Amino acid sequence: MVTRLSDDETDAVFRALADPTRRDILRRAIRQEQSISALAERYEMSFAAVQKHVAVLERAAIIEKQRRGKEQIVRARLETLARATELLGEFEALWRERTLRIEELLADPADPASETTPTRPTEKGHP
Amino acid sequence: MTVISSEKDPEALTLTFVAEFNAPVDRVWQIWEDPRQLERWWGPPGWPATFDAHDVTPGGRASYYMTGPEGEKAPGWWHFTEVDAPTRLAFDDGFANENGEPDESMPVTKIAVTLEPAGSDASGTGAADGSARTRMTTVNTFESLEQLEQLVAMGMEDGMRLAMAQIDELLAA
Repeated sequence: MVTRLSDDETDAVFRALADPTRRDILRRAIRQEQSISALAERYEMSFAAVQKHVAVLERAAIIEKQRRGKEQIVRARLETLARATELLGEFEALWRERTLRIEELLADPADPASETTPTRPTEKGHP
Repeated sequence: MTVISSEKDPEALTLTFVAEFNAPVDRVWQIWEDPRQLERWWGPPGWPATFDAHDVTPGGRASYYMTGPEGEKAPGWWHFTEVDAPTRLAFDDGFANENGEPDESMPVTKIAVTLEPAGSDASGTGAADGSARTRMTTVNTFESLEQLEQLVAMGMEDGMRLAMAQIDELLAA
């Protein structure tokens, strides 16, 4: 069974990679970390435009940006961090869902332990 | 939704999940300590858990299985590493073979639970108006990215996707 990204995450990744400049930025960042100003010199566009492309990649969790002195450094996070984040997200979803069930259980006016088994003392929960 | 925060640390491979419930600490402790209550929420949708042993003491063990939609059974075990009722519980969660023995080839997740009073009632012992709230912090620690991959790729995945769909439904309602 192969794990997929959520639909929203998949959309973000594909949108991010649908642009040739962004694919080029990513290729360079995979080989070696890049400063945004160095990237800006490579393309015929403004610094701000390059920053926008970087922001799109960043939102899709494909690269990460770090400030180093006056420079902003861009680094690919494809293989490990993005994957780990995605996988941890699966467990986050599980816990969100468990939280809802716990809420239901706690709100159940019937003694929750009495339905299926002999009861055990529960007095200590009731001050 | 009472989820307060959820923090993923992809470098440390931890998920820290914080939720608050409208119940005193002692009451929330029971959902962990009482296997019949635990069964009502532990397993993902479509995979209800059945605990046939649940010894909530330091060094104690739990044994359980989750039953899938096709009747297939996924056995698991817990090993309690820390128990301090009613506020602290830590255990390892792993997979077992058909005989209920720990399967060494499978991932082990470390889970640490902390319960503490939350909200206006600082005593957390249950205000007269029943307004006590409890903050539950759950830290899940995974051994390696490979093990995390393995866990997610296994049968739990379907259940979790279903769970997400259910949450979306609830939120849309």
